Amino acid sequence: MNPAIRFDQVTVTYAGEATPALREVDLAIEEGELALVVGRTGSGKSTLLGAVNGNVPHFTGGTLAGRVTVCGRDTRTHRPRDLADLVGVVGQDPVAGFVTDTVEEELAYGMEQLALPPEVMRKRVEETLDLLGIADLRAKPLAQLSGGQQQRVAIGSVLTAHPRVLILDEPTSALDPTGAEEVLAAITRLVHDLGVTVVLAEHRIERVIQYADLIVHVSPSGVVTSGLPAAMMATSDVAPPIVELGRYAGWSPLPLSVRDARRAAAPLRAALPAVPRPALATSRSVPIVPAVTVTTGTIGSDRDGGLVARDVVVRHGDLVAVAGVSLTLYAGEVTALMGRNGAGKSSLMWALQGTGSRTSGRVAVTATPHSQSPGPDRRTGASASGPPSDPPPAPLDPADLSAADRRRLVGLVPQSASDLLYLDSVEQECAQADRESHAAAGTCAAHLERLAPGIPPDRHPRDLSEGQRLALVLAIQLTADPPIVLLDEPTRGLDYAAKSALASALSELAAGGRTVLLSTHDVEFVATVADRVVVMAEGDIVADGPTTEVVVASPAFAPQVAKILAPLPYLTVDDVRRTQTATDTSPTEP
Amino acid sequence: MWAIGLAVAASLTANPILLALILAVVTLVVTNRRTGSPWAKAFRLYVILGAFVVLSRLVLHLLVGLKVGEHRLFWLPSVTLPSWAAGINVGGTVYLEGLLAAGLQGLRLATMIVCIGAANALANPKRLLRALPGSLQEIGTAVIVSVTVAPQLAESVQRVLRARQLRGQNAGGLRSVRQVALPVLQDTLDRSLSLAAAMDSRGYGRRVTESSQERRWGSAAPYASFAGLIGASIGLFGLLSADTPPVLGAPLLGLGLVLAVVGLRLGGRGVHRTTYRPDPWSWPETLTAATGLAAVVGSIVASHLDPQSMSMPVLPLGWPGLPWVAAAGILLAALPGYLTPEPPR
Repeated sequence: MNPAIRFDQVTVTYAGEATPALREVDLAIEEGELALVVGRTGSGKSTLLGAVNGNVPHFTGGTLAGRVTVCGRDTRTHRPRDLADLVGVVGQDPVAGFVTDTVEEELAYGMEQLALPPEVMRKRVEETLDLLGIADLRAKPLAQLSGGQQQRVAIGSVLTAHPRVLILDEPTSALDPTGAEEVLAAITRLVHDLGVTVVLAEHRIERVIQYADLIVHVSPSGVVTSGLPAAMMATSDVAPPIVELGRYAGWSPLPLSVRDARRAAAPLRAALPAVPRPALATSRSVPIVPAVTVTTGTIGSDRDGGLVARDVVVRHGDLVAVAGVSLTLYAGEVTALMGRNGAGKSSLMWALQGTGSRTSGRVAVTATPHSQSPGPDRRTGASASGPPSDPPPAPLDPADLSAADRRRLVGLVPQSASDLLYLDSVEQECAQADRESHAAAGTCAAHLERLAPGIPPDRHPRDLSEGQRLALVLAIQLTADPPIVLLDEPTRGLDYAAKSALASALSELAAGGRTVLLSTHDVEFVATVADRVVVMAEGDIVADGPTTEVVVASPAFAPQVAKILAPLPYLTVDDVRRTQTATDTSPTEP
Repeated sequence: MWAIGLAVAASLTANPILLALILAVVTLVVTNRRTGSPWAKAFRLYVILGAFVVLSRLVLHLLVGLKVGEHRLFWLPSVTLPSWAAGINVGGTVYLEGLLAAGLQGLRLATMIVCIGAANALANPKRLLRALPGSLQEIGTAVIVSVTVAPQLAESVQRVLRARQLRGQNAGGLRSVRQVALPVLQDTLDRSLSLAAAMDSRGYGRRVTESSQERRWGSAAPYASFAGLIGASIGLFGLLSADTPPVLGAPLLGLGLVLAVVGLRLGGRGVHRTTYRPDPWSWPETLTAATGLAAVVGSIVASHLDPQSMSMPVLPLGWPGLPWVAAAGILLAALPGYLTPEPPR
């Protein structure tokens, strides 16, 4: 049988680029397979996916040498619209691809373009609504759906055309763990029940790897290799925690699902001590009491020096986004804010920073702006401007300050971080940041160099990778030297290497006495970096406690290592590694 | 259809009573029958735009307009311009007649704008686009993309403005325009591209394989539709201007429309589409379209019967008469506001 998708010596070069994005790709994906495309950010995963339905090069430009055939049709002679009955494409941001206004119309749109008779359309719309479990949403406007629902509608809208190949570019990157489960369940059902060939790109491999039949690895140089999951993962440059644990413990074959790993892990569980050894810099397993928080930074240990919010309410029109949240953040601590899409995380962050609206409630920042901003305009407009010297400073409400003073107190890296960038090069952005923060020249560049070394200063911010751009925005915000740093969904679109770089940067900030609050859906990242987890639902805080307790208690939020090693309270591979080297017990294998 | 009828009626008259009548009718129908959708809220914007047009027309007249008339209102300091700009009066004596004429021109334009706003408020623009013939698919893509992305543009301006505050900048001025425009434009471009790509990959504008004869006909299609459209617009002009012979108007319009339709049909032959649950066309739709047409017919008849009454006598100044036929036609257009079923809220 012919493979559903065949790449034959394909090389894609974009205009103005010296090196090709894909290099001599030979690839065959059989019908009914779920192929997982993995690789570092910017390695050409999206190019590979786009080449399948002809969007590359018909829509993106560039030259494609070689041949791509989908079910016998050559993309050289068939434009994307001519492949619409064979290939369904769902992009990263489902909203960007919606053409109509309501769920039902969106599902029918593709079939209208294929000129199917109305009776067939009615039937298929009903089937698809049931298949994806969205029948109750049929008349709803697309804009009112949650992220998971939108993503399922987007999948449904291409499924109604009965494609034989489904292309998904990071379908779960914006979703909370539960929403991601819904989408993945729908996808696996398609593969198993309908025999649809699925090609899927994903950064958080741990979510999908157990379902994959084939791994397609794209290296940064554009070389593509493919093979069976277990074999590919043993050498891949991107590896989920479960694979890292497997590699560390020397399990063979490498387990890919939590179930398999648990069976392999029995000896490891027996060998590990009951309590993991705490990391040196942070105090992960120590109960969070302000006095105990390790403070190696400049702030004295007798003061909590953080941010206190009382009864914060944020209302957008009729919608209550944050319903009376009281929260205390301590200096030297990384707190993770988790919860469903639309639980009010972003609203709370903006309200804490003071720029976003706040219907009622108080926010008080007890920390002082750090040493290096003794400008004369400091704290202008503050209601109580105490003496700027050491004795207990009056708590400040960031909303009372001017925008410039506010960011000296609380820095926020928003979800779409690139909104902050508008200049032509990294160098100019850094210089501008120094000017607007009245910092010594080169402060921002130094921060950036520490966060993400080796970015050429003349590079355009748009051409940076996702992780580098985030580092640049974080560096800009750090230039003002705020004692409190808030990050809204910083992990979106980051690969494992970028995430671990971010994690160490955040730990360093906390170790320097800063207060860090970040919102994320990524449980593995939380397990690596956070000391404390706050879970929000419907605008309320429903759980608040040390990472170990909150995360292990909930099946949705538990990271893979915790699931494998339960009941032992280990969260990350690092926990295991550190404990084992310290206690000097030999690993399960010599 | 209804709104276009009223807009045409507005363009035909300079009589302030008729214009006010049209405005009242449009506002009435919109407030009675609009839905809660975002585009429905845009009606206010159109009204504001209309008021702005009237005002700016008046101000322009005060500043540089040609001032004629007998009734002196007041005097503005006038500037003597160099000889190359002779004929433009800056400032000077303002007469009532000139001011009124300018105001009326502004009012006419404003009424047309409000009519278009009403169309926008009452119908979902995306539903209108569905009716677009298949041969215009490139234009269709562009229009759908712009209609979808425009509201998102406003949202992304807001987001970037908020983000700027995070960098501690809240100063306005010319410099800030660049700082806001750059991220917003980039964002909008990205979204437009991904929407266009999504539409394409879902088969928008797809052609079935066509025979060579079909293709030859297809290549003739653009010329036919172009010629048709030109014919139609000349015919329309002939019909609407009261002083051209009526023979030139109606037949040419008819011929042009036929040609245009044939051209579009030919061009769209390769594109096959079907409609899922087509929008029903029943008596409320017919009624609405008919009343809109009534307004046009009333105005055309009135302008042929009594051209004087369709505009306000300015030189010499006098009260405008009320052409009954035109007024009746416009009042008929108010009927849909009461007779059509309530929209779901």
